[in-house]
Amino acid sequence: MGSYVPTTPSEREEMLKRVGVGTLKDLYKNVPSDMFVKELNIPTGMSELEVRAAVTAMAEKNKVYKTILRGAGAYNHFIPAVVKSVTSREEILTCYTPYQAEISQGVLQSIFEFQTMMCELTGMEVSTASHYDGATAAAETIPMCKDRKRTKAYVSATAHPHTIGVMQTYCFANNTELVVLPAKDGKTDLEALKTALGDDAACFYIQQPNYNGLMEDADAIAEIVHAAGAKFVMGCNPIALANMKTPAEYGADIAVGEGQPLGLDIAFGGPYLGFMCTTNALMRKLPGRIVGQTKDADGNTGYVLTLTAREQHIRRERASSNICSNQQLCAFTAGVYMAAMGTVGMKQAATLSMSKAHYFASELEKIGLKRKYEGEFFHEFVTEVACPNCAKRINDALAENNILGGLAVDGGILWCVTEVVTKAELDKAVAIIKEVL
Amino acid sequence: MNFPVELKYSRDDEWVQMIDDTTALVGISDYAQSEMGDLVFINLPVVGDAVTKDEMMCDIESVKAVADVISPVSGVVAEVNEALLDAPETLNADPYGAWIAKIENITDFAELMSADEYKEYRGI
Amino acid sequence: MKLIFERGSAEQHLTLLPACDVPEVHFEQERQKELHLPHLCENELTRHYTEIAKRVHGVNDGFYPLGSCTMKYNPKINEDMAALPGFTKIHPLQDVETVQGAMEALYTIGESLSDIFGMDGITLQPSAGAHGEFTGVMLIKAYHTDRGDLARNKIIVPDSAHGTNPATAAMCGFQVVNIPSGEDGCVDLDALRAAVGPDTAGLMLTNPNTVGIFDKNILEITQIVHDAGGLCYYDGANLNAVMGVVRPGDMGFDCIHSNLHKTFSTPHGGGGPGSGAVGCKEFLKKYLPGPIIVKDGDKYDFAYPEKSFGRVRSFWGNFTVVLKAMTYIMTLGKEGIPEASMNAVLNANYMMSLLKEKYTMAYDEICMHEFVMCLVDLHDETGVSALDISKGLLDNGQHPPTMYFPLIVHEALMIEPTETESKESMDEAAETYLKLYDLAKTDPEALHAAPVKANCRRLDEVGAARNPIVRYTF
Repeated sequence: MGSYVPTTPSEREEMLKRVGVGTLKDLYKNVPSDMFVKELNIPTGMSELEVRAAVTAMAEKNKVYKTILRGAGAYNHFIPAVVKSVTSREEILTCYTPYQAEISQGVLQSIFEFQTMMCELTGMEVSTASHYDGATAAAETIPMCKDRKRTKAYVSATAHPHTIGVMQTYCFANNTELVVLPAKDGKTDLEALKTALGDDAACFYIQQPNYNGLMEDADAIAEIVHAAGAKFVMGCNPIALANMKTPAEYGADIAVGEGQPLGLDIAFGGPYLGFMCTTNALMRKLPGRIVGQTKDADGNTGYVLTLTAREQHIRRERASSNICSNQQLCAFTAGVYMAAMGTVGMKQAATLSMSKAHYFASELEKIGLKRKYEGEFFHEFVTEVACPNCAKRINDALAENNILGGLAVDGGILWCVTEVVTKAELDKAVAIIKEVL
Repeated sequence: MNFPVELKYSRDDEWVQMIDDTTALVGISDYAQSEMGDLVFINLPVVGDAVTKDEMMCDIESVKAVADVISPVSGVVAEVNEALLDAPETLNADPYGAWIAKIENITDFAELMSADEYKEYRGI
Repeated sequence: MKLIFERGSAEQHLTLLPACDVPEVHFEQERQKELHLPHLCENELTRHYTEIAKRVHGVNDGFYPLGSCTMKYNPKINEDMAALPGFTKIHPLQDVETVQGAMEALYTIGESLSDIFGMDGITLQPSAGAHGEFTGVMLIKAYHTDRGDLARNKIIVPDSAHGTNPATAAMCGFQVVNIPSGEDGCVDLDALRAAVGPDTAGLMLTNPNTVGIFDKNILEITQIVHDAGGLCYYDGANLNAVMGVVRPGDMGFDCIHSNLHKTFSTPHGGGGPGSGAVGCKEFLKKYLPGPIIVKDGDKYDFAYPEKSFGRVRSFWGNFTVVLKAMTYIMTLGKEGIPEASMNAVLNANYMMSLLKEKYTMAYDEICMHEFVMCLVDLHDETGVSALDISKGLLDNGQHPPTMYFPLIVHEALMIEPTETESKESMDEAAETYLKLYDLAKTDPEALHAAPVKANCRRLDEVGAARNPIVRYTF
């Protein structure tokens, strides 16, 4: 119990006297007297020991699975010990936004390093300092692409449903029409795309790999989108980016994505990290913070928040976004993660995840769980299930063995395998499923 | 500060240089650039767009502020000075050389002043 | 200091992952561009980040009176609780039966915040203050849209507001009506009356306002907007002045966001992750972003409000940030919450009384949790600006106050000590401020040149913006 207030009663008296009032309540002279709260309807404060017991009890009510075969937007990757150690440093944890550049060089430099790493991963020319999550990053690209003539936004139905949901919210907000293009065989329907995009198309968004885990034919999509004069926006898995053809190589105008796989806990959905990269041509349309390199008065290299006249604190109602913070600690974490993993480790994580997912898919197929969609996939895939209740029975059986099974989706199960899952665990899961079928 | 006598000036600190009866170059005055400080970017108007006198034509950015450039004429943007995109500092160094846009088919003018009238208006 | 890319050698990497125990599979189309990431041994890696951390000023490095940012102490227990594996190792799409503890946590803080806000419904989805503003104004939009009241396309914002307020209104498709503040820094009632009408969707306001004064006309203000058919949105940036003392719901507001990373002690992390919880009155609950957490007997579940305007992010919010705020509220309890606010207000007034000896206050009266100084006179006399004083503070190991905000005060310095600052630290800080005031008169050049003791001198922001270098080139 306590409010972390260091002032002693005698000091309080002295301070009140100096201010010229009798009691603390006298400081609220402008508050109408009948408006004061008599007593809050929340419990009495507790000692640290009691708080610890109460919160720990909540934590213990949650089931932590030993093996996780579920992704769908939250991916359980290995996090090197050095990441937590570095990111829990008090200065990094508690500092404010780096408005005072001279005493924030550490934060600013770490953002510059993060921007560089994201440019490397995506192959794009510019990166922001980060966004709330992958879904909001995707939604915030739409105003970048719109102009007076091109007012309609398009998204593939194969994107994460939460991403589509957030895009719909942001479009409802600023009165933009958003069209969700249908999928065919688990991927974007190219014919439908060709027909849909007209003179008023501002942008088209796909996720790579998509929600079903499949690799989209992004070359063909880029061609169709650009032929229609619209911007091509790709939402990418950052681990896959270590190995896969980059958005820049596909010809994307903007690359965004969910950065959670880069060293962030799955943590029941947050905090996560959105990244956003683009071309030099679109740099000044980016929402959110950007750090730039410059020189100080002595000619030494330093870092500052730059291109700030795009942002809300200067442009107010004419800013393209209201975003002010990034997810700095998460971006910092991702930076440390990428630095620890290095090129070798990132590529290894991608290859291991992909290889194990393929092994699991082939083993499942052997026991009769066929993939629902054909086509190349990364570390997620959908299997058909034979009966309506099968998905639940499979997952219940897995749960009994401390395994979180795949996510039940329309007509199947969406599985995910990452590098942390061993072959032995996969074999065990297959054996358990075989029993159920 | 310098205010060439051959130019006309608007109350919103833009200059107008007539090329013929319906065509003019427009830019910002020495006073405007000095008030803004070091300019770092200009969002140029779009060629082919109509501009209206006393309404915003484009905007200019310093590190800490953004300011509207208010069109001193009504007409159509015929050309923009794209060199300013790479060298916005020209707006500070040479405000009268750094024309922003060439406007054609001019149909109307904002209230314009001579260099002396403008200097008096700005108390210089 | 070197960039991380300039350290180590290309041959170095850590041994983190095992060999592949299944047949290797590769992409049909692999990336062509070489991938450059850092390549360091673990010792060099940690040294790099230790050096980075030394070039950062955290709450524990000293007095941090950033106005409107509420840089209070971030309790250690919060971090411990948010790091429990029962919270960090659970998947957001686990069956609700297996995450009842997490749901209980979200529900518990939701109830507490609703009570502190004086609201009936809550969403913990928004990830930051601006994101909460967006959510709050979307509630207003959904309400009018649902009623078919589509002519309401304007949001009123005082000229003293944070830039996020007008930017949010614009992002939600509204036109912004800026109204001037009165001479006392508060809402000018006549200007408000003149601004409202059948096209008014709502008002965005913070109270205490951005000059640190509680608007005594608050009931009249919200009434004027309601009478015109608009709704009132409370920007909770300044909630630390009044939590547990006065409730925004009782002031007449219909919805509110609160920055849990300010008022409820979760760390700022250099600019996020935060959390911008949004509360609303009963009649707006059906429009909240889904899902919300509901309780049925002892069981918690997700539910989608009947007319939800949709989700504002993926999953359920910045969960572990919310846990830290929950821990804080449980620690303080119903007595500690108002005690914290009242001491925040006392500290601001005390600090103001110390600085008033030399500095000019923009509004010389009892303030709430922060106050604004106006350095115009000092600037006119000595040429030393608010920026110069701030940079002088850096050389004295202090974090400067918020500069040049609100925009309605020229040469503004806005100071918010927070309740976790001791009298001793404020006395010391004030001494430095007064010393710098004298220095401005005797040696203004010294302040123009500051900082000289920080990690770098003043930086060329103009050059950075004219020729942006935003990544390292290999």
